[in-house]
Formats: sequence, structure tokens, C-alpha cells
Amino acid sequence: MDVSWYLVLSALLFAIGAGGVLIRRSPLVILLCLELMLNAGNLALLAFSRANGNEDGQVFALVVMVVAACEVVVGLGLIVAMFRRRLPLNVDDMRELRG
Amino acid sequence: MEVIAFFAGAIGALGGAIAVIALRNPFYSVLALVVHLVSLAGLFLMLHAEFIAAAQIVVYAGAVMVLYVFVAAYVGGIEEPIWEPIPGQRLLAPLLVGALFAELSIAVLGTALSSLDTEGPTVQIGFGSPGQIGRLFLERFLVVFEASSMLLLVAAVGAIVLAGRRRDDDASATGRGHEAEAA
Amino acid sequence: MSATAFGWLVLLFPLLGSLSIALGWRVLPGRSAGWIATAAIGLAFACSVAACVQLLGEPTDARQLTSSLYDYASAAGIDIRLGILVDPLSVLMCLIVSGVSTLIHLYSVSYLTSDEGFARYFSYLNFFVFSMLLLVLAGNFVLLIVGWAFVGFASYALISFWYRRATATAAGMKAFVINVIGDIGLVLAAFLIFRELGTFDYLSAFDAAQGSFDVDEGVIVAICLLICVGAFAKSAQLPLHSWLPDAMEGPTPVSALIHAATMVTAGVYLIARTWPFFELAPTAADVAAWVGLATLIFAATVALVVTDLKRIIAYSTISQVGYMIVAVSIGAYAAGMFHLMTHAFFKALLFMAAGSIIGAMAGRQDIDRMSGFRRAMPFTSLVLIVGALALAGFPGMSGFFSKDEIIGFAFERGGMYSVMGVGMYLAAFLTAFYAFRIGFRVTRGEPCAEARELEQGHLAHGEPRNPMTGELEDTEVGFPGPEHHIAERELPMKAAMSVLTVLSVIGGVLQIPGVDEAITRFLEGSFEGSALFETSVPVGQEWAGLAIGGLISIAGISLAYYCYVVRPGITVRLAERRRRLHSFLAHKWYWDELLDTIVYRPTIAVGRFADSVIERVVVNGLVNGTVGVVRGVGGLVRGAQSGFVRAYALLLVTGFAALGLYFLVVSS
Repeated sequence: MDVSWYLVLSALLFAIGAGGVLIRRSPLVILLCLELMLNAGNLALLAFSRANGNEDGQVFALVVMVVAACEVVVGLGLIVAMFRRRLPLNVDDMRELRG
Repeated sequence: MEVIAFFAGAIGALGGAIAVIALRNPFYSVLALVVHLVSLAGLFLMLHAEFIAAAQIVVYAGAVMVLYVFVAAYVGGIEEPIWEPIPGQRLLAPLLVGALFAELSIAVLGTALSSLDTEGPTVQIGFGSPGQIGRLFLERFLVVFEASSMLLLVAAVGAIVLAGRRRDDDASATGRGHEAEAA
Repeated sequence: MSATAFGWLVLLFPLLGSLSIALGWRVLPGRSAGWIATAAIGLAFACSVAACVQLLGEPTDARQLTSSLYDYASAAGIDIRLGILVDPLSVLMCLIVSGVSTLIHLYSVSYLTSDEGFARYFSYLNFFVFSMLLLVLAGNFVLLIVGWAFVGFASYALISFWYRRATATAAGMKAFVINVIGDIGLVLAAFLIFRELGTFDYLSAFDAAQGSFDVDEGVIVAICLLICVGAFAKSAQLPLHSWLPDAMEGPTPVSALIHAATMVTAGVYLIARTWPFFELAPTAADVAAWVGLATLIFAATVALVVTDLKRIIAYSTISQVGYMIVAVSIGAYAAGMFHLMTHAFFKALLFMAAGSIIGAMAGRQDIDRMSGFRRAMPFTSLVLIVGALALAGFPGMSGFFSKDEIIGFAFERGGMYSVMGVGMYLAAFLTAFYAFRIGFRVTRGEPCAEARELEQGHLAHGEPRNPMTGELEDTEVGFPGPEHHIAERELPMKAAMSVLTVLSVIGGVLQIPGVDEAITRFLEGSFEGSALFETSVPVGQEWAGLAIGGLISIAGISLAYYCYVVRPGITVRLAERRRRLHSFLAHKWYWDELLDTIVYRPTIAVGRFADSVIERVVVNGLVNGTVGVVRGVGGLVRGAQSGFVRAYALLLVTGFAALGLYFLVVSS
């Protein structure tokens, strides 16, 4: 397959993930959509790595995975903390920073 | 053969992604994401990234998703209200996202990157194997390796701090719970 | 020591006197401030005499000596130094100023003994003498302007000396404002001089002027007219004269010094000093002469009817300074300076006598209430009559020779100047009349109440009141002291007045036509190259002029005798029959009312307009409008800070899409 197929697929997945972040209100689902976007990026990285014959892209993708894992851990910790304090799990309700 | 494998993986990934953003129940969204990740692992295999594919299944679809499942179970379902408080969000989001996709596609397809229309150079046997990846990590990307381990440590500590039980928190939680029962 | 060294000392002593009294008045015992001040000016006079002697030792054509202490600004074509010019003209002025000032300081020591502001007075008075000497000795236009401004300030400070009197402070402000108008003229003239001639220095400017200008060229006429503006403000000529009568609010010695002998003569000195410019611009000189003539006739007519003693003498000063202005404008420099000198003597004398009389009248200055002081105050009456004789130009007195020399020169020049001469004779007649209006009214007739008290040996005491408005005052600092002093009882006053009396009588011997020409010969060093200075009047014609002048003065005195001694009351009946004329003169030709209409009211109206329209509508509108716009824009921008995370995410995605679009477009 042409590498460009993978890249277009990656772009599509990225766009879907971005749409999910904008539309959904639950913080958990927003984090899931963020995962979508990260994975789309991984796919693109690997596609380029294959196209250049270079394994640097794969190492980068692995590190992205590490970072995603850390971010998920912290994000879920936040959600758990919010739930503990009985805050509504709705990003629209957290608007103290309005101008 | 390759084409069929690609399209199977692509459909799985796309379907999983759309399900994530469309399903109401967050628990179902988590499961959809698992499907998506597994499909992606397949696609990775086709790109000669065996180790990454394995890591994707074991770490991502395995550990990270399990974490999500636990939290989704703990937190439970959330009632998402129908009404949209931000004016124009429901209209603009799909438009912008579509624009984004269009631009990226144009960038990919319309550019003069000559190597895009090919499969890429023939790769030797060990391409994408754990040995190669390991060697790269320890030789060229040692600092990156060490930094990511530091990051993992910090994240673990941070998570415990964030979600750890506090003495008074627990007491007030139980206290209020008792009051709610009594009332 | 050289003449210029003495010149610097002349400046130093009054300055030291002023500073030491100003800084140390708390520790100075009793009335020593007054004696220190008098000594300072006395030393200045001594140094002036020494400078004069040194100067006379030089040959006539080498008598313009300069000396510079400090280069104030020497760069890029500007050369301003702290430099003085010691030449016959400035030395003559120094002698007059310091000499008369010493006597007036002596007089003031007793006149103001009981005043709370004694030390402040002498500090100001010394500062005034310093500034006047600085003005006179300045060697360049910048230092002249410095001295000019200091003199204006000192005058203001001394006129408003009794600062709790509202009329005094108002008069001080009026004097200062009118003086500033003159300052503007002078400064503009200095700018023009610098632009045309490239220097501020007197000698360089005068040398350069000959070559740089044609006769009556526009620029030089402008320069001279601007100098005239300055001179007229300082010397109280029309139209800038109205401050001088009001300046009589100050203590009488101040009136004697500043408004008779020294400050008002600064304008005359200035025109005499800048004679090279004026001889190149005859038009401006003629304008100055006509203004001087108009002033001297105007002031003489007003002095006929005003009833405040000091104001009569003030108008007399305006009139006599008009003579001096005419003199230096038509080229009779020596005659003008001679009249300046004699006028200083007899006018200071008249003011001193007036001070004594006012003291006897317990502070009242209304001439209608004064009469018959000749038995009660013999010394003062004698002094008053002598001063009046000198003012009237009685044959043999100093004023006789000086005034008629000016008139003689006018007739010698002929043409339009003869008309001026006739005008000056007319004014001389009026002068003689009003001089003896004072003389006879005060000394002759039945003694008034205060005079009778004084004959008993008891000095009259009344409530302290403002002599103009009658308002009740007290005698603390800021008002005159509780006691009044008259010459008969105070030795310093007597001494000062005696010296001036002698000088008023014999001062004329310096310039008797055909006998000696001391002043003319002395001043030759300053006026080299002047065609007009060389002009001399034939001796026979001069004596004819003197004879006519003497006759006119005797006629005026006789008429005054008739009106005030033989048939007293005739002038009152005349005033009633010619009520409108009398009122016109008594209101000083309605000059203050005219100024009010032309200057004051329009300015107030403009100010009101500026406030209501420009300030409120335009400026505030602009400022508030800008504020409103900024606030509006801020409000708009604030709408983007909704607090919604998803809205921010949307903006993020929008930005990203836009950036992508831009790069796509650019790279295609």
C-alpha cells in the first residue's frame, strides 16, 4: 500500500478525535478522544518511518506512547479527585476563569 | 492481500473512533476505544513495526485501557444534558474539523513528496524488531530513554497525590452519606 | 584698582548687604539692619566715585571698559558672558543711583523704625539697588535683561511691602504685569539683535549695526520699537503708565527711590545706551519722542486735579520722565541725563517731604485736608518749597537748567521738533502750577487740625486706616507700624533731606550754557560717533530759551499763588462749573476704564469661552470619548473569555486550521 493511504487515515482519525474533544462534555470521554488523536499521530509517525526506512520514527512513537500513558494517569487521577469532591463531571460547569 | 488487511484495519479503527465520540455511555466509549487500538496494532504490523504493535496491545490496550475501565466503573455514567450552553459550538465543531481534515489531506496528497506514492525502500530483516529498537534507545536516544523514565515516575507520584484519600475527606464523605440516609 | 574692578565692587556691596540681612535678620540686634543696608549702599557710592575718578584718568576716546567674570555660554555662535561695561554713561547712572539710594536708605532708617517688617524692607531695598546697578552696568543684552527682570521683581516686592493691604498687593500685581509686557518687548528686541548682528554684547552689536543696516530699514525700526516697549513699561509712559500712580501704595521712601529717581529712569538709560540703533532708525526715535511728549502733557493735566498727595507727585514723575524720553529720543543725550540727575534730586526730595507731611497727618494723604503746616513743620515746609521750585524750573535751580536745555535742543533741531518744544513749554507751565498747588496748599492757609496739634508739640495720632479706601487696619507685620515720623524730630531724615535740598539748588552748575559743559564732556566717551550728540545749540539761543522758560515758570507759580493763597476756593468753583472736564481729568482721562474695556473684559470673555466650549466640550469630549471607545472594545474582547473549556478548544482548532490554510496557500 502507498504510504499516503496511512497518512490520510491518520488525518481522518485525528480530525475525528478533535471533533470529539469539541463536542463531548464528560471529561472521561474527552480524555478518550485525546487518546484517539495521539494514536493518529503515532500512525503517521510509523508511516513516515516506513517510508524513510529509518527506525527513528518508531522510537518516537514509543515515547509518545509513554507520554500518553502518563497523561492518562494524571487525567484520570483528576477525574477521580473531582468525583470524590462531588463536583459535577461536566466541563461546562467549571468556568471560574471567565473574564 | 495487503489491501484487504489494510482496509480491515482501517474500518476497525474508523469504526472504533466514531463509536468513541458518538456513544452516550462512557463505558461503551472505552470499549470502542479498545477495538480501535487493536485495529491500529494490526496496521502497525503492516508497517513493519512489530515491537510497537506488541507494545500497543500490551501497554495501551492492556494497561492503559484497564485503567480507564476501572475509573469508568468507579465514576459511573454521566448524564449529558441536551442543551448546548456555548453558542455555535455544535455548528462550528464539525465544520472546523472537516476543514482540518481537508487541509491535512491536501497537504499529504498534494505535496511533491516523491516517496509518498511508494511503499518505501525495502527493509532488512531486523527492521522494527525489539533488538533494533533497544539498540537505538540505548545508543542514540539514551537521554530520551532516561527522560521518559523520569516522566513515568513523576506521573505515578502525581497520580497518587491527586487521587489519594485524605483523612478529613473520608470522614466528611461518610458523614454526609449518613446524613443523606437519615434525611 | 582699575575702573572695572570698582565696577564689580559697586555690584558686590548691595548684594552682600541684601543677602546678609535676608539670612541673618533674626540675629541682627535692634535696627542694625537699616544701618548695614545704608553702609552697603554708601560703600557702593564710594566705589562709583572711585570708578569715576579712574575713568577720568583715561583719554576720552578710550573710556569704554569691559570686564567679564565668567563665560556663561560660549558655544555654537552664542557668546554670553557675565560682563560689565564701565563707561561714562553707566558710571554717571551708578553715581546717581547709589548716591540718591544712600540718602533714601538713611531716610528710611527713621521712617520705618516702628514697622515690623524693617529687616525685610532693607533686604528688598538693597536687592533693588543691586539689580538697578546690574541693569546699568551690564555689558550685554542678556545681563541687561537679567537686571531688568530683577528690578521688576524688587519693585513688586516693595510696592506690596505692606502685604496685608489688599490695595497694595493689587497694585504690586498691576505693576508686575505691565512690567512683564515691557520685558517681552525687550526680550524680543534682544532676539532680533542676536539674529541680525550675531551678538549680544553691547560694543560688538553697536559696531556691527553701522554696517548691517540701512537707515530706517524695517528690522532696525522693529528692534528700536521693541526696545521702546520695554522702556515705556519701565518708565511709565503711555500706554503702559497706569502702574505708577497705583504704586504709591508702597512706603514713601520706596516711591522716592524706585518711582522717582531710579527704576523709572531705566527706560531713559536704555534708549540712551542703544543710541546707535536709534540713530539708525529715526522713525522709531520720533515715535518715542511723540509718545514722550503725549505722556508729559497728559500727566501734567492729571496732576492738576488729583487729590492724593503722593499721586500728584507720581504724575509729576510720569511727566518729567516724559521730558527725559523726549530728550534721549531727539538726540539731546547729555541734556536728558542731566535732567535725569536733577530730577532724581528734587523728586526724591519732594517725596521725602511728602513722607514727613503724611507722618504729621497720621497716615492720611488727602491734600484737601492739609493746610498751614509752615509754622508747625518749618523744615519740611522749606524743603517742600525748594523741591517745588526745582520742579517748576524756577530760574537758578537745577531743574531750570536741565529742563530748558532739553527744550532748547528741540528748537535747535527745528521742524516738527519745534512743535514738541512748544508742547514742552506748555507742560512746563502746568508743572509750575501744580508744583505750587502742592507747595501752597500744604504750607499756606489756616493750619488744619493736625498742624495745630503739632504746633502744640503733639504729633497727631489716628486710627490706622488705608489712606485710599479708609478701611480699618492694625499695625502688625504686613501693615505700617504704629508710629509716624516727621523730619523735624528725626535726625537721619533731616540729614538726608538737607543734602538733597542743597543738591537741588546747586545741581544746575554742572551744565550752565556758555560757562561749563561738565556732563556733556563727561559723556563724550559714551557717545562717540553720534551725529546728534555733536549738535550743539548756540549759547545765545540757549540763554533766550532759558529766559522764556524762567518766565513761564514764574507765571505758573504766580497763577498758583493767585489761586491758592490770594483767592482760595477759586479752583473748587471752577471744578464745579466745569464738572465734566474735571471728572475727565480726575479719572485720569478714564484710562483705567479704557483698559478694562479693551483688555480686561475681552480676556475674561475669551477665558470663559475657553472653559465652557474648548475645555468642557472639545477636550473633555475627546478624552471621555476615547475612554468610551476603549471601554467598548474591552467589552467586546471580554466576550471571548467565556470560561468554557470547549470554547477555548474550538478557538484552538480554528487557529490551527487557519494556520494550516495559510501554509497551504503559501506553499502552492
